[in-house]
Amino acid sequence: MTGRSDAVKQGETYILMYAAGICLVGSLLLAGATAGLKSQQEKMVELDRKTNVLKAFQEPIADGAGRKLPGDRIEARYAEHVREVWVDPDGKVVEGLGAKEAADGIAAGRVLSLFQWVEGGTVRKYAFPVSGKGLWSTIYGYLALDESATTIVGVSFYKHGETPGLGGEIEQAWFQDQFKGRRVVADGRPIPVVVAKGKASPEASTDKARVVVDGISGATLTGNGVMAFLNAGLKRYEAYFKTARKG
Amino acid sequence: MAAKLQKVFTDPLSENNPITIQILGICSSLAVTTQLKTALVMAASLTIVTAGSNVVISLLRNTIPAKIRMIVEMVVVSVLVILADQFLRAYMFDVSRQLSVFVGLIITNCIVMGRLEAYALQNPPLPSLIDGLANGLGYSAVLVIVAVVRELLGSGKLLGYAVLPASYPANGLMLLAPGAFIVLGLLIWAQRSVTKHFETA
Repeated sequence: MTGRSDAVKQGETYILMYAAGICLVGSLLLAGATAGLKSQQEKMVELDRKTNVLKAFQEPIADGAGRKLPGDRIEARYAEHVREVWVDPDGKVVEGLGAKEAADGIAAGRVLSLFQWVEGGTVRKYAFPVSGKGLWSTIYGYLALDESATTIVGVSFYKHGETPGLGGEIEQAWFQDQFKGRRVVADGRPIPVVVAKGKASPEASTDKARVVVDGISGATLTGNGVMAFLNAGLKRYEAYFKTARKG
Repeated sequence: MAAKLQKVFTDPLSENNPITIQILGICSSLAVTTQLKTALVMAASLTIVTAGSNVVISLLRNTIPAKIRMIVEMVVVSVLVILADQFLRAYMFDVSRQLSVFVGLIITNCIVMGRLEAYALQNPPLPSLIDGLANGLGYSAVLVIVAVVRELLGSGKLLGYAVLPASYPANGLMLLAPGAFIVLGLLIWAQRSVTKHFETA
């Protein structure tokens, strides 16, 4: 602090003005950067959403060497095969919704968002968004069912604020892979998904006729949350899947 | 002058390395080093923030009121860190997600504040820039070494490309926090025995 004319600079007016000035410059810079980068960031979030829909459908999102496919390949594949539709709580498809109406309808609970995987003109798989509370945060993901709407094709969880290494393990392949190929509906009746506390028994965890998966040690509450919102999601779409099963 | 600047640049790379000698920034150096790619992005972000905030504070050093000195420093550092974070979110989405909170936590990284307090407040912009860059690079060097060891032994890859043959049994320990402690501990030991730096109790 040598060589400073401290007497002048320590005046309270100077300090207040200085603080205000620094804050103003800082906030202008941040506001400018946020506004300028917003569209690019939204593009990335949208691409991430599409990637996760493909992941739930168990469509490849990486090449043979495990490196992620470029964004345009994902976009192209999504555009080619995924049809976004809206259904009402009674299971009827709602036609001709605009983006804004759809978003409003979803927020108000009037319509549900649904993704169909279309190959050669027929629907091969269904996926829908699932979300709910884990321990610390809301977890977002997708659940995909096969053509008969009775068996899980895959799940993906992508956005959450759970503890890395504990609840955050829901992002890992070992956890998500357990759901693959297991039945959630038998004889027209839903079978509740179970996320065990710790390891599930060997018989239960290999039984394809129901979903009982190993939980995550140290993250029982995250597992309970996942179990609750997966079951709630399946129930919410059951009306639609009932009609879909009849064809 | 040139010799002095050179010393400002080379000191933090080894003799006075922020991680291995000053033991600062340990938390992030453990958390982001499971892969080389995240380590590189983190290292670049910290280097840019340290160098940038050093220059800004050095330019302002004769106007900053002593009473709110640290608050002003925090504001400058926070603005730079949030800018870096926003850029990563826009252009390196996946890496930004893997780094999660650690980019934001650069704000509280002792290396950044330490350089501002110890150097930028007393020195003109050019030496401050060099000091910031050098400390960032010193941090980067350690991060890269730890990340190379961990990614290579932990998953047999480097930057996502398979390096070791498929028969190599991946060492999962390297990907967990204890692996990072072991690698970093060995590195500190090796480096200190070369530079003959010993703590005086």
